[in-house]
Amino acid sequence: MKKLLSLLLFSLSLNVFASGGAELQSADIDLTDKVSLQRGAKHFVTYCLGCHSAKQIRYLRIANDLGLDEKHVLKDIAPEGAGIYEQLHSAMNKHDAEKWFGTQPPDLSLIARSRGADWLYSYLKGFYADKNRPFGVNNAIFEDVGMPNPLWQLQGEQQPVYEIDGERRVLEKLVSSSAGSQSPEDFDKTVNDLVNFLVYVGEPVQLERQQMGKYVIFYLLIFLVVAYLLKKEYWKDVH
Amino acid sequence: MNLKPTRLRMCGNWVLDRFPLAQVWNEHMAHYYAPKNFNFWYFFGSLALLVLVNQFVTGILLTMNYKPDAKLAFDSVEYIMRDVNWGWLVRYMHSTGASAFFIVIYLHMFRGLLYGSFKQPRELIWIFGMLLFVALMAEAFMGYLLPWGQMSYWGAQVIISLFSAIPVIGDDLALWIRGDYVISDATLNRFFAFHVIAVPLVLVLLVFMHIVALHEVGSNNPDGVDIKKSKDPWGHPVDGIPFHPYYTVKDVVGVAVFLLFFATIIFYMPEMGGYFLEHANFIPADPMKTPEHIAPVWYFTPFYSILRAIPDKFAGVIGMGGSIVVLFLLPWLDRGKVKSIRYRGGIYKKALMLFVISFIALGYLGTQPVTPLATNMARIFTAIYFGFFLLMPIYTRWEKLKPVPSHITMQPTLEERIPELKAVFDEVTLVTEGENAKRGFNPTGAKNVLVRTAKNLKKSLD
Repeated sequence: MKKLLSLLLFSLSLNVFASGGAELQSADIDLTDKVSLQRGAKHFVTYCLGCHSAKQIRYLRIANDLGLDEKHVLKDIAPEGAGIYEQLHSAMNKHDAEKWFGTQPPDLSLIARSRGADWLYSYLKGFYADKNRPFGVNNAIFEDVGMPNPLWQLQGEQQPVYEIDGERRVLEKLVSSSAGSQSPEDFDKTVNDLVNFLVYVGEPVQLERQQMGKYVIFYLLIFLVVAYLLKKEYWKDVH
Repeated sequence: MNLKPTRLRMCGNWVLDRFPLAQVWNEHMAHYYAPKNFNFWYFFGSLALLVLVNQFVTGILLTMNYKPDAKLAFDSVEYIMRDVNWGWLVRYMHSTGASAFFIVIYLHMFRGLLYGSFKQPRELIWIFGMLLFVALMAEAFMGYLLPWGQMSYWGAQVIISLFSAIPVIGDDLALWIRGDYVISDATLNRFFAFHVIAVPLVLVLLVFMHIVALHEVGSNNPDGVDIKKSKDPWGHPVDGIPFHPYYTVKDVVGVAVFLLFFATIIFYMPEMGGYFLEHANFIPADPMKTPEHIAPVWYFTPFYSILRAIPDKFAGVIGMGGSIVVLFLLPWLDRGKVKSIRYRGGIYKKALMLFVISFIALGYLGTQPVTPLATNMARIFTAIYFGFFLLMPIYTRWEKLKPVPSHITMQPTLEERIPELKAVFDEVTLVTEGENAKRGFNPTGAKNVLVRTAKNLKKSLD
């Protein structure tokens, strides 16, 4: 009864990733999809690494975990001049960042663990045109964010549609106003690959952890049976 | 061939002539007689010891790579998670162990409330246990600063600023604790020192005293009967069995079940949906950016809720402190003549049920942002929390007690109840006839079972 109640209370509060009002779209995360992760790594270096670092992961780790050749990683994924043992450092320096964006872009190593995959997926798809912002874009998920849309060439431009609710203007949806170089389906896939990669970067060991878990639990089940039989044998005289 | 064991035995005897190992072993294990009717609730003492050892071993391993420096701490934790061999496992065992410790301890304390284990002659065991609980909270609070994430930082900021609510000396006291005007490198360093050496020493000492005090007066049991009253011709309690081997083998079963849950969390849900590792703590501490919603880890939230429920800050601090202090007074607040809930009156059962509900509700509300409704709810539950303890001297006198047996009673064990559980299962399910016979849900059977359970529950509360 008490356990039931606590379970009920806990399940009510599972929406712990607080967001800025708009509903989140769900990302399709599959860390066993190495090809998606490889594409995500490539997208990350192309579109994100200009401003954001991911200093907790090394190119070597990416090569090993994604089943890539070290030379291939250096040639195809890492930026010019990066070494295989290096971490994913952005080339942008702190002072320039503060001059250009007013703040230092956060390190993205753990962004998937602090924000969640769905938030990232919706955020990256949530940029829309807004003349009042310094970069001409705003975001449906993170209002007044100081970041331009790095993927606008792929996505094209989106315009907001508002719904008047009393005196407040509520963002209802975003509609495409000019096509990008990718179709909407391809763009969704690109963003999904990118988020998939960020989830991997957040905790590179997670696949290994889950694979190991079943052996540990199998062992513990056998241990439980042996322990139980031992207890039963010892206790057979106790009445 | 005979040479070797003799030599070995001589070495053993050499030690035993100089150290009372056999005596200690017999006194606390082989000749320590425990009641033979321990049930589910009696696993958590030994499990707490297991978790303590887990925290020591994994904690020592973590200190080998952790850097207690505001500039390096956050990255060193990620270094442990990624570059140190098995570092992720050690870290998850430690972080999950912290939450497991509180789950186990809360259940252990609840056992005390159920069976009156705090009552005469075990008051001192309860006091040592409460001191352990306070030390454990200090240990957990200071350990939580070490990863140096946003929640580590701002959680510590909020809690330490509570000291500044104390009149006159408050601000100086908070400054003295932090070693700086805000949480900083100085705070991190001293918290590290307390977390890895000072508080663990206190914990070990208190565990020792807790167990020595327990073995002096003997264990309570689910019937609350004193087993020392009836002894066999050899002077052993009739209702007792030696702790070793009976309870050592039984506790190993408990350990196996516990480890199954523990491993499932470590390998499949180490964040536990943001309760064991909070999401905001994956962002490095930033003194310039206050998070929108600061929530302590789940095991502090009942007390945090009490703090927030009281409008005045200083009164809130007193309330939060008081919610722990009343627990210390429990042995003298409870005037009931009977130990076990099995023979206590309905009023204590109902009070205890209300207390459990309000404790869980306060814990839940403490994880949520403040709203007027939530604050009012928290006030009601805070009143129930304190009412349970402070009204105890009154309502426990009105209790209609049931007769206590002279010997302990053996309740059916889980395995003996399997046929009974199977009958319930048969009642709520229905086998459909035909080619592909399937078990389906049987609404009328389920309704009967529910009504019967409700009736039993109502009867057991009288």
